[in-house]
Amino acid sequence: MTGRRGGRPLVPAYLSTGGVARPSRAHLERLSVLTGSGEPAPADLPAAQAALLEELEHGSLTVVEAAALLRLPVSAVLVLAADLIDRDLVLARAPIPPARRFDPDLLKRVADGLRDLKHR
Amino acid sequence: MASATSSTVDTTAGGGGVHLPDTARDLVKILVTGPFGVGKTTLIGSVSEIRPLHTEEQLTEASAQVDDLAGVRDKSTTTVAIDFGRISLPGGVVLYLFGTPGQERFRSLWDDIAHGALGALVLVDARRIDASFDVLGLVEESGLPYAVAFNTFPDAPRHHTPEQLRAALDLEPTTPMVTCDAREADSSIDSLLTLVQHLIDHRPAEHR
Repeated sequence: MTGRRGGRPLVPAYLSTGGVARPSRAHLERLSVLTGSGEPAPADLPAAQAALLEELEHGSLTVVEAAALLRLPVSAVLVLAADLIDRDLVLARAPIPPARRFDPDLLKRVADGLRDLKHR
Repeated sequence: MASATSSTVDTTAGGGGVHLPDTARDLVKILVTGPFGVGKTTLIGSVSEIRPLHTEEQLTEASAQVDDLAGVRDKSTTTVAIDFGRISLPGGVVLYLFGTPGQERFRSLWDDIAHGALGALVLVDARRIDASFDVLGLVEESGLPYAVAFNTFPDAPRHHTPEQLRAALDLEPTTPMVTCDAREADSSIDSLLTLVQHLIDHRPAEHR
């Protein structure tokens, strides 16, 4: 749980966002699903944004997965993702609405799915 | 799915297997928490379809109201790695497991990760029960429903009765308490199932 594994990130966290501190949209969270929109990336896209966009060429990722792959803090990826969303290069989708975590049908699907795993 | 990925931590190029399946629809999370060294990452690794990943999280001094990344480098910061894994379940549900340290000094991070979680599985080491008091305090204050799983270490004391363990941890009678072997997938799944069944049985009244 402590210490840094796997060496240094390519871009220091505080530089990766170009000094922008807060994501421009508030609704992104750790498990928001990011998907590339398919729009061509402009040539002047900052390197960190371009790196995130490149990861999304291979498929959708949650914010935390993107953070792990890019070795950036979640807070930095939130800023990068919000910028890409503003440029219409990335689409974001919420994991589930918060109230649904008590949804008995959803919980039952989780339980059934876990039981299925045991019988494989 | 993850078996073909490289064995190094660095999966930057392509990240084989990390990308979400197209069927992913509802993403939910459960916290796997407990004191340092209790087996959180082991449990996550035993059931995750991807090799557990981690994010580097920056902890700042509690007094520093950080809303400005540009200033972070000037403040006293430490970094903690948060491991997580993922299980894609039939029906488009994707379950994320976040290994979350339970020390009081991680509170702000804890609250952030706990936001929207279904519940928490609290791993306890019977050889050092008092190391879990901080964690249980955090979980209870957060209001997150939880279950307790004793991770079986070979040299763990076996003379405690379940009643003694419950009393030592000061658990509510309704809080599930099981033993598990975090190295074994089926055992880890069983303890997660115990938690999910508890969530089903003890939903807040307004959601029944």
